[in-house]
Amino acid sequence: MTTAAAHHTPVPKVSTLVLVFVTLIVATVVTTLISYIDLGEWNIVVALIIAVTKASLVAWIFMGVRYTTSLTKLFVCAGLVWLSILIALTYSDYTSRNWIYQARPWSQTKAPYFEDKAK
Amino acid sequence: MADTIINANATEDVYPPVEEAHLKHHFATPGQQMDADTLGMWTFLITEVLFFGGMFASYAVYRNLYFPAFASTSKFMNVPLGATNTAVLICSSLTMAMAVRSAQTTQRKALIRFLLLTMFFGAVFLGIKGYEYHEKWVEHLVPGFGFHYEEVQFERNAQILFFLYFAMTGMHAIHMIVGFGLLTYLVVKAKQNTFSEHYFAPVEMIGLYWHFVDIVWIFLFPMLYLIGGTR
Repeated sequence: MTTAAAHHTPVPKVSTLVLVFVTLIVATVVTTLISYIDLGEWNIVVALIIAVTKASLVAWIFMGVRYTTSLTKLFVCAGLVWLSILIALTYSDYTSRNWIYQARPWSQTKAPYFEDKAK
Repeated sequence: MADTIINANATEDVYPPVEEAHLKHHFATPGQQMDADTLGMWTFLITEVLFFGGMFASYAVYRNLYFPAFASTSKFMNVPLGATNTAVLICSSLTMAMAVRSAQTTQRKALIRFLLLTMFFGAVFLGIKGYEYHEKWVEHLVPGFGFHYEEVQFERNAQILFFLYFAMTGMHAIHMIVGFGLLTYLVVKAKQNTFSEHYFAPVEMIGLYWHFVDIVWIFLFPMLYLIGGTR
C-alpha cells in the first residue's frame, strides 16, 4: 500500500523530495551569483522570479498542495489574490500621490485647484 | 499481502485501533478529517501570508521611494551568511518533508531522527542569524540605538531599511522559535508512539507551518541582502 491508510494522500517518493531539494539549492546559488552581476532594474525582477519559483516548488511538492482538495487549492489562490491586492494597491497609492500635487501643511497650501475655484 | 498481515499483527499491540481513537466524532471518515485539517491549516497560513505581506508592502513602498539609500545598505549585508542560511533552511525543509513521509509510512525511528535533524538545522539558522545581528550591533546599524551610517546623505533613509530588516528577520526568527517548540512537541509525541500511517495529521500540519516559514525566508533573502546589484 503506497497510500497512507488514514486518508487518500499518496506518500511522496524520496527521489521527488530530493530532486526538489537539489533544485532549491541550485536556485539559491544562482540567485546569489546573479546578484553580483549588474543587470540594472532587472536584478530585482530576476531575483523575484527565482524566489517565486522556489516558493511554488516548496508549496506544490513539500507542502503537498498538489495532493490537496480543489477547495484547499482555491483557498491558497485566494490568499495570493489578497496578497497581490494588498501590495498592488498600497504601492499604487504611494507612487501616484505626487501626480496631482505635493501634499503640504495647510498653512503652505496653494493648491491650484482651490485658487481656481476662488476666482 | 502477506507482509501487510504480519505488519498488522505486529503493530496491533503498539497501536490501539487508532483510526477510531483519533477520529473526532463530528467527522464521518479519517479522510474527511484530514481534508478539514489541511484546509484549516492553510486558512491560518493565509493569515500569516497577509501578516508578512504588510511588511513586504511597506518594504516595496520605501524601496521605491529611497532606492539609492536602500541599495547602499547591501554592502553591510553578509551575503555568504545569508545564502548559507537559505541553504540551511532548505535542508530543514527537506528533513521536515522526510519526517512527514516517515510518519505516513509508520517509521517511528526515522520520524524522530528527521524531526531532530529539522530542529538542528533550525538551531543552526538561528545561530547564524544571531551572529549577523551581533555584526549589525557592532557596526552601529541597529536603528535607534546609536545608529551610525558612513554615507551621511543616506543616514535617515538607510535606517528605514535596517528597521525593516530587523522587523522582518526578527518576526521570521520568532516564527522559527515557535516552530522549534512545535517540533519538540512532535518529538515527545513520536516517542510516545502517537503517530502512524493511520494518524499523522499533527506532523503534516506542523510541517506545513515549517515550510511556510521557509518560504518567507526565500523572499526575505533576495529582498534584504541582494538589493544593491553590484558590490
